[in-house]
Parts: sequence; structure tokens; C-alpha cells
Amino acid sequence: MNRQITKLAIVALVLLSALVVATTYWQTWAVAGLAGRQDNAIQRVAQFTVRRGLIYTADGKLLAARRAKKANGQTYYFRRYPAGDLAAQLVGYSTQSRSRAGLERSMNDYLTASNSHLNTVLRRTLDRLKGATITGNNLVLTIRSDAQRAALTALDKNCGAAVAIEPSTGRVLVMASSPSYDPNLVEGHFGAIARRAQGFNCSPPAPLVNRATDGLYTPGSTFKVITAAAALDTGTFKPDSTFDDPGYCIEYGKKVSNFADQSGPEVFGHVDFVTALEHSINAVFCEIGKKLGPLTVLEYARRFGFYSDPPLETPSNERAPSGLYDHGRLFLPHDPNQVDPGRLAFGQERMQVTPIQMAMVAAGIANGGVVMRPYVVEKVVAPGLRGSTISRTHPHELSRAVSPETAAQLTQMMQLVVESGTGTAAQISGVSVAGKTGTAETGASGVNTTSFIAFAPAEAPKVAVAVILENQHGVGGRTAAPIAKTIMEALLRKGT
Amino acid sequence: MTARNRELANLVVVGVLTGLGFASVYIARQSVISAGSVSYALIFLGLYLAAHLVARVTVPSADPYLLPLTGLLTAVGLTEIYRLGPSDAFRQGVWIVVGVAVFALTLVALRNDFRVLESYKYLFGVSAVGLLMLPALPGIGTTINGARLWVKIGPLQFQPGELAKIALIVFLAGYLREKREVLAQGRLKDFGPLLVIWGAAMLVLVETNDLGSALLYFGIFLAMLYVATGRVAFVALGIGLFIGGSAVAYQVVARVQERVDIWLNPWQDPHGKGYQLIQSTYSIANGGYGGTGFGRGTFTTTGGTDLIPFVNTDFIYSALAQELGLIGASALLLVYMVFVLRGFRISMLADDGFSKLLAAGLTFAFALQAFIIVGGLLRVIPLTGITLPFVSYGGSSVVANFILLAGLMLVSNRANTQR
Repeated sequence: MNRQITKLAIVALVLLSALVVATTYWQTWAVAGLAGRQDNAIQRVAQFTVRRGLIYTADGKLLAARRAKKANGQTYYFRRYPAGDLAAQLVGYSTQSRSRAGLERSMNDYLTASNSHLNTVLRRTLDRLKGATITGNNLVLTIRSDAQRAALTALDKNCGAAVAIEPSTGRVLVMASSPSYDPNLVEGHFGAIARRAQGFNCSPPAPLVNRATDGLYTPGSTFKVITAAAALDTGTFKPDSTFDDPGYCIEYGKKVSNFADQSGPEVFGHVDFVTALEHSINAVFCEIGKKLGPLTVLEYARRFGFYSDPPLETPSNERAPSGLYDHGRLFLPHDPNQVDPGRLAFGQERMQVTPIQMAMVAAGIANGGVVMRPYVVEKVVAPGLRGSTISRTHPHELSRAVSPETAAQLTQMMQLVVESGTGTAAQISGVSVAGKTGTAETGASGVNTTSFIAFAPAEAPKVAVAVILENQHGVGGRTAAPIAKTIMEALLRKGT
Repeated sequence: MTARNRELANLVVVGVLTGLGFASVYIARQSVISAGSVSYALIFLGLYLAAHLVARVTVPSADPYLLPLTGLLTAVGLTEIYRLGPSDAFRQGVWIVVGVAVFALTLVALRNDFRVLESYKYLFGVSAVGLLMLPALPGIGTTINGARLWVKIGPLQFQPGELAKIALIVFLAGYLREKREVLAQGRLKDFGPLLVIWGAAMLVLVETNDLGSALLYFGIFLAMLYVATGRVAFVALGIGLFIGGSAVAYQVVARVQERVDIWLNPWQDPHGKGYQLIQSTYSIANGGYGGTGFGRGTFTTTGGTDLIPFVNTDFIYSALAQELGLIGASALLLVYMVFVLRGFRISMLADDGFSKLLAAGLTFAFALQAFIIVGGLLRVIPLTGITLPFVSYGGSSVVANFILLAGLMLVSNRANTQR
């Protein structure tokens, strides 16, 4: 019988060895995939045994801090957000009851020191061996707290968002989404968040949504910058090309009128391209769009970053791509007949944009035609007073949208918009501002989505900004432009 | 060095390890556990010294490693149970005392010749079935976690299935020893009594909804049949039957279907049926290479609610894997492997068929039981609730496994004495 017993012993050992193999699998290969899952209740609690890293603005203001609490013989470290609503949607939250959002979610590995950087791995292992509490890495953002506060204050009770980017690097200096919320309320007082947002001029106010990257809006005339970029860069038109504006444009046999102010549809007559942008003449852009064709215009939009998620460190489900949307889905036509070129040219049709995408457009032109990849995390730093830098974000070229010549021509045209056109409300004394207004009809009479994109100083841009507002009764030059001006002033005041 | 002195030395090592384990839980969770808890380790060591003395008198030549390995397993289990809930640890401690007492009684009672059991094989066969049927009886049977496995008489609650396992192995060892030659010829009528006992056991198991035990009993049956006859065809046929039976059970028995579906994809119902298995997986993964350390794992919410139901019985391996990490969990599995190797060695050294079959059956049962529960947690096989020998919380399991240990030591003593 001993032969059989030997074989049975081998079977038993193989079975038990399989357990060692399986345990190895779950405790090594599978760990990374499992730790990030939203239904991981163990991790959801265990993460609070780590002293989570802090989050600072570029100027050192503390956005996310820690609060220690002892329970069941364990010390847990919960979040405290000392800056309240300042950059709520961007920073997000880390809670027990509602898991994580924003950078708290996407940068969780760094904040809990579970990233694979050698410095962090060594420190974590040492802490573990010593039995010390593991401390996460700190984040320093590119956000400037003064300008961020100025933006939130200027947005006031309006729903919408404002984004400011440093054109030469892609640093996001301001990212304000209104209404904002107090992230300290997420744990335990979640209902209060919606109640506090009730005074805002939109319904539902959805304060948790990061409108700057996830809000989709009809751009209206701010999109004309892209049409103009396509017109100039392809060589189809020049700044001094002339047009006849009858006050409307014929499309598919129907009249498309210029924007109507109090005195009815405006008629400009014989104008050049510069004037057409300065006064945002729809009929002219309608003709340009028909001449260029929708696919060319969309190709230029794509060069500015349309049709992909805006690149940023926030979770991908908190960012939406800009472009044409058909029944709620992103739609890239291959046949020009699927799109109305005239309406597309002045940013109507089914064009939907995010505020950050429009800021990227302004920044691209400001940067001589090169769009820099926007980023919001300046660096990741090891904990401690003089923690070494774990990683630093380096500026990175996203795409060349237009030639430097085209960018220069567009800059001059956009300067005129602010000097003497629709965007005069964005003038800053002593600084030349280039901008473009937008007022998109929403279908409801008298209710518009207004927007403004700008950069300054025009000759050596330090800041590019986009502001988009919902449910406005005025036009972009009166509602969004002053907010953009406030933000630019705040950012230029101390130099970036 | 004699076998018993070696055993004593090993036990002292285990005692030190136990003290370290308790101390680390105490240090990690100072605010919850009293300093006096370290005395648990001393009482524990004293208990095993008593067991050792009984062994010294009754089975002087028995294998010197089995008792210390058992001590190590119960210590690891008790430490983790203590860490998860001090009140359960006290009850488990009492059960270990009872287990050691039963171990001693078994040794004393059978010290002259355990082979008298062979003449009572049919009694064991019948009592195995009887024990299995107890929970199905109205009035005393109790259903816990979907399986009707417990018998409750007054304040006492136990799982007769654990004892039935031992009885079944004794029956099979006796019966197969007697019939192995004729069985090897493969005549169907000789299988009659075997099939009857086995069929009855299976029926009772399906009735009580205890799938883990069904798998265990079937595995023991096949393994012992193979050892007795050396016919691989029987094993192949048995596995074929089992797969066929499982396919039918999957269609017919809702509980089987549920278990298999959860095994294939627990995330189809992450907050309902898949919850336990998923959270247990997360617990294991949270351990990583080195584990969180004794007392530092996460098993409750910050408010104190359990995250994994039944963590100290069916899911104790997930808890240990989190706190001890890959290193500790692998070491635990190695302890099982060494125990199993010693068991099979005893079986090979024994010189009569009954002893060989008995030792092989007990050892394989031990290994298979560990495989079924841990394999279920690791998603190697579908998860079925069954205890991890000597480690899980549970009185009947501890007592039954101490009887198993006594059996192996008796066989070992006889085999070593005769040489």
C-alpha cells in the first residue's frame, strides 16, 4: 500500500502548495487592482490608518489636512479641509461614507504612500518594520489661492466655471466651479451641501460636479476663434479679407440672422475679417464656415484638444471631451453633410465645450500656436518639513494647433475685440488684453450661456482664461468678461 | 534524544512563539486588551505540557512533531481569535482544554491496542450516519448561515459532522482492510455496503446543505479506496461521478448554483451574495508581503461594525493573511504541510492494513479540509463553509481534530515500537 500512500501524499502536498501559489497571487499581483476598487470596504477603512498626505496650493495654502481620531484601539486619520469651498471639486474628498473624488481619488496612491517610487517604498517598508504609522506624500498644486478666491467671489451666485492657465507651461492657476461646496460636510452632513447651493441660478445646482472639466456648454461666439484659426492657418482667408454682411446668411435656403440686440438684428455691410471678429458678426462666420467646410473646422478644434478628455490629473470620469454631441454622445462626423457648417462656425450646431478646453484654446494662441498639456499638480513631496521631491510635473507640449504667424494675427484680432469690440469690459489699465466673447442661445427665450476667453498681456502672455456662465440674461461681454478680468488682474498683480 | 524529549523541546519553542504572538497583539491594541492577557500564553503552555506528559506515559514512541505542530496551529488560531474578539477567545480556550482532555482520554483508553476499533467498524459506520442525521432532526437541529449543521441541547451547541468524519474514517479503514482484495477485482456486489454508507452520507449532506463536508467526505472516500485497492480507475470513476453529480446539483440545488456563480464572478453581486468572499479577498490583499502585523489589521469599520461576517470561523485564514502577510500565511500553510507529511510517514511505517488506512485517511482528511476552506477563500474552488483545522473558532472542530491527532499518535507509537 505504500506506493498508493506516497501518491496520495503527493496529491495532498500539491493541493496545499496550490494554496501557497494562490495566496501569493492575491497578496502580490492582485493587490494593486483590488486596492483601488470602490467596493473595497477593508481598504476604505484601512486607508484611514495611514496619515494621508497634505495638499497645498502653489502659494502654500493648506487645502487638505488631517484629523486624528482613536477608535477600537486604532488611530484613524480623517480629512479636514481648512480652506473649505476654495477648490472643492478639484481637490475632491476622501471619506468613509462616500469614498473619494477629485485629486483625493486620482492621487490616492501618492497620498497614502502606496505608490511605487523608490523613496516612498523604502520609507513605507521602514515604517512598517518599526511599527510606525505610514505617512503619505504631500501634493503641491499649481493653483494660486488668491486668484482662486477672487474667481469664486466673482462667480458669485452664478452657475458656471472659470479656468486660468499659464500659456507657456500649461499650469492651471485657477479652476473654480460654481456653486462650490464645503468638503467638510461630505461626511455626515451630505444633505447640507445641496441645501446650501440652493441660492444659485441653476437647477439642480449640482455643486459636486467640477464644471470646469466636466461641464459641457454651447460655446457660441468664443468658438469663432477656432474658426478664425482654421481660416487663417489654411490660408483660405487673411485678416484683411473682405466680406459683405447683409445681416444674415443663407443656409439650406433659410436665413440665419446676426445676433439680435435691442434694436433688432445688426447689419454691418462691407467689413474685413478683423472687424467681423471684433464685432462677432455671425453672417460672416457663417460664410467662412461654409467655405472651409465643417471637417476642416473640426480638425482645427481637434488640434486644440477637442475630442479627447482634457488631460489633467483628476479622475477621468470627472473630465469630459469637447466636440459635437449627438443625442448625448460625442460625435465626430466623417461626412461634411452631417454637420451644418455655418452654425458650427459660430459655435452653435451641437458643439459642446468644457471651460478648461476653451482656456486651452486661449492658451494655445497666447503661446504662439502651441497648446501645452494642462496640469494641476506641481509636485509630489515626501512628508516632513524638508521632504524631498518625489516627482515634479514638467511642462509638456500637447500639440501645435496653428502656426506662429496665425497665432500672432489672431492675437491682434482678439486685442481689438477688447479694445473696441464686444469685449471692452475686460480691459485692464496698462495691460493689453486679447479676448473673445460668446453668447449662446439655449432655446429658452432670453436665457443664454455666456462665455469669455482671453489672455494677457497680449504681447507676452502670462495668463489665459476662460469663463462660462449658465442661465444668463445678458451677453458674454457684459457677464463673463468682467469675471475674466478680475481673475487676470489677480494673477497679474504679483506676477506668475 | 528520545522522541518525547524532542517533543518537549519543540513545545517550549511553540510556547515562546505563543507568548510573542499574544504580546504583539497586546502591544498593538493596548487600549482594548488588558496586560494580564499574556498569561493566556502561560496557561496555554501548561496545557500542552500536560498533554505531553500523557503522551510520555501512553505513547512513548509516537511521532514527536505532531503535538508541537498542533500546539502551534491552535496558538495561531487562538491569538487571532483573541485579537478579533477576546470573549470568543476565552470560549475557544475552554474548547482547547476539552480537546486536550479528549486527546488524553483517547490515548489512555486505546494505549494497549487501538486496533480493537476494527472489530466495531460497522458500529462506526452506522454512528457516522447517525451523527450526520442529528441536525436534520426537528427540535435539536439548528440552521446557521444557511447550513443545517448544528445540534443544540440546552446551552450546548455542537457540530456532530466533525465527529462523524472520524467515525467514517475508522469504518472505511476497517471495511477496506477486510475487503481490499475483492474490491480490487472490481466486482460490483462487493461495493454494496460502501455505496450504501456513502450514499446515505451524501443524501444527509445535501439535506443539511453542507457542501464543504460533502466534498470532504467524498474526497476521503476516494482517497482511502485508492490506497486500499491501488486502482486509479476507481478514482477516475469517482471523480467522474462527482463532476456529473455536481453538474446536476448545479442545475437543481439553488445553493450550489449560487456558490459556483459567486466563485466564477463574485462581483456580480458585490453587496449581496458576493460580499463575504469579496471582502475576504480584500482582506488578504491588504496584507501584502509582510502583513499589517498582529493586531493592526482592519476587520471593522471605524465604528466597530464587522466588515467580514464569520471572520473567526470560515474566514479566519483571510484575517491571518492580512495580519501576517504572505510570509506568515505561507508559513502557516507550511505547518499544515509538515503535519501532513508526518501523517503520511506514520501511515507508511505502520505494518498492518488497518493502521495504514486509518493514518492515511486521517491525514488526508486533515489536508483536504484545510484545502477546501482556504482554497475556497482564495477562489481556487467554490467557497463552502468549513473550519480550518485547529485554527478556526469552533468547539466541535477542535475536539474532533484532537481525536484525529490522538489517532495518528497511536498508530505512530505502535509502528515505532515494533521496529
